Amino acid sequence: MTDALRSVFLRDVLQAWRRRADWLTTFFFFIIVVSLFPLGVGPEPSILRVIAPGILWVAALLASMLALPRVFASDYADGTLEQLTLAPQPLSLLVLSKILAHWLLTGLPLVVMGPVLGLQFGMPPDMLPVLFYSLLLGTPCLSLIGAIGAGLTLGVRGSGVVALLVLPLYIPVLIFGAGAVEAVGVGTAPGGHLSLLGAVLMISLVVSPLASAAAVRVALE
Amino acid sequence: MLEARELACMKGPRWLLRDVAFCVDPGEVLWIEGRNGSGKTTLLRMLCGLTPPDEGVIRWDGQPIRDAGETYRRELLYLGHANALKDDLTIEENLRFAMQLAGRATLSDEFDAVLAQCGLADRRELPVRVLSQGQRRRVALSRLWFADAPKLWILDEPFAALDAESVQRLSDRLGRHLEAGGLAVLTTHQEVPLPAGRVRRLRLDA
Amino acid sequence: MSFNWFRFSSPQTFYPLAGRLAPFFWIASVALTVAGLYIGFFVAPTDFQQGDSYRIIFIHVPAAWMSMFIYVVMAGWAAMGLIFNTRLSSMMANALAPTGALMTAIALWTGALWGRPTWGTWWVWDARLTSELILLFLYVGFMALHASIDDPRRADKAAAILAIVGVVNVPIIYFSVKWWNTLHQGSSVSLTRAPSMASTMLLGMLVMVFAFWAYSIATALTRVRGIILERERHAAWVAQLGTE
Repeated sequence: MTDALRSVFLRDVLQAWRRRADWLTTFFFFIIVVSLFPLGVGPEPSILRVIAPGILWVAALLASMLALPRVFASDYADGTLEQLTLAPQPLSLLVLSKILAHWLLTGLPLVVMGPVLGLQFGMPPDMLPVLFYSLLLGTPCLSLIGAIGAGLTLGVRGSGVVALLVLPLYIPVLIFGAGAVEAVGVGTAPGGHLSLLGAVLMISLVVSPLASAAAVRVALE
Repeated sequence: MLEARELACMKGPRWLLRDVAFCVDPGEVLWIEGRNGSGKTTLLRMLCGLTPPDEGVIRWDGQPIRDAGETYRRELLYLGHANALKDDLTIEENLRFAMQLAGRATLSDEFDAVLAQCGLADRRELPVRVLSQGQRRRVALSRLWFADAPKLWILDEPFAALDAESVQRLSDRLGRHLEAGGLAVLTTHQEVPLPAGRVRRLRLDA
Repeated sequence: MSFNWFRFSSPQTFYPLAGRLAPFFWIASVALTVAGLYIGFFVAPTDFQQGDSYRIIFIHVPAAWMSMFIYVVMAGWAAMGLIFNTRLSSMMANALAPTGALMTAIALWTGALWGRPTWGTWWVWDARLTSELILLFLYVGFMALHASIDDPRRADKAAAILAIVGVVNVPIIYFSVKWWNTLHQGSSVSLTRAPSMASTMLLGMLVMVFAFWAYSIATALTRVRGIILERERHAAWVAQLGTE
């Protein structure tokens, strides 16, 4: 069984490697959105420092949402999703492999890039590791929750629906993620927020593969 | 044995299929005929368990396929309209992933043999993107040539887009599968040389 | 005597039943609203802190309660439709969604109207207001997903999965927003300091709650009749309705 899970994961990664340009759009979208805020708000460092955690996190939410159609859409179009559903392994685990690959390709770059962009906003050094850890715990949640929305909107008319479904469900991740970084800013310990973010990750790990698999089954009916 | 009773399926407000019943024994192929839109593909998808029937039951060796779950899926090979191939991967990579998903490790010399039998030996390293429709179909179908293929084949238009030589090759392979006690359900529009004496027919628009 | 509840799980038998029940709930909702508003506006005493502006709670509070309650009921119906594959359950979920969204919108709107004279601002990023806003987003998502899938059976199932995921999420969202709010306490206003309630105020509130209940049931029944007719328009029994 692990063979099949690994092969689903490797296939997605290999395919993404052959189409690097596609996946880089998410990464650059994140950087561009973050860079737009100083242009809109003004270059005042004291303001930027205060709003930086929120901006970085909101940008991460939007970037992750932008990448959601890639989780299932091409597999749905070319029939791979049918084969996954008919494989002997539980569909929820195969879907989890796909989500993992998706996170590696879209989430992990944001985790690495986040602290660099934090520097751009004049974040103090003690905030940067917390930003890194919050993104490390939070972006997998975004991929997991987003996969449910991606599955539900397969073959749906209109492309914007996935945003309506997914963004409200992202709110706890945003609050705990940005909250952890802000906590450092006001001089309190970020541990509480990070623990809650971990709890959200655990719940998503259980709920999301089941719900995404159910959504995929409905889409294939 | 694959058995269906009183199958019915609604598409929107009307019945697409009603009172469909049949039985396929080991060594037999069921040939589903019908006009476009008569529900052939829907019936195949119901047999796989992708689409739940609105009424009726499908049994595999006496057990409803809904309950059989993993055991049924292990014995099933489905090939739909779509080839389930990734444009950016090579023929070999595509097939290797397909076999691993089916729970089978494949050996390198088995690949050589299968691809040679399907007339794809010299294209092994090519990405699927550069292949023609017929060649893609042949790649998808080559899953049937691997050793210990599943017992039940459900094939949607397997002969479409194939040249005469490939049609003959697939028909021979089907014959050997049936001789070995396998079962097959397929749809096709063209008259094809199906193994004599082993064919059951089901007309959907009658 | 055994009574078969499942008899009413078929749209055909439920359609006339809903038709007979709906008028009672409509009448009840109008009567209770009139009574409740009378008590609320003329009988209940003026609050010594907030003056007369507090009277909006006779609409605000029942709407807020209903908005949350309907979401849970809707998700329950949707889940039943998904698990037991009963068409009527999914239709009920579908019929409840607009009413729930309306209640949420009323709660937000009246909240803003109440906030203006009370705190001097239309909107506060208070935990309850924010959660209510997110609840509105959840309703919108449910309806948007249902509307964007052409096949009604598929739409039912997909929307049901979303509603169930939403119900799992609602407590998490609520507590996260509450936490977020305490972290940013500096600028917010405490809502918990409720004025002590006179018994007539409580009576008016209760009557209004029942009025909103009756209204929600009445709209759901009426709307589900429309959905049944639309979905079953090709069925023989619907064709017979026209000839009768």
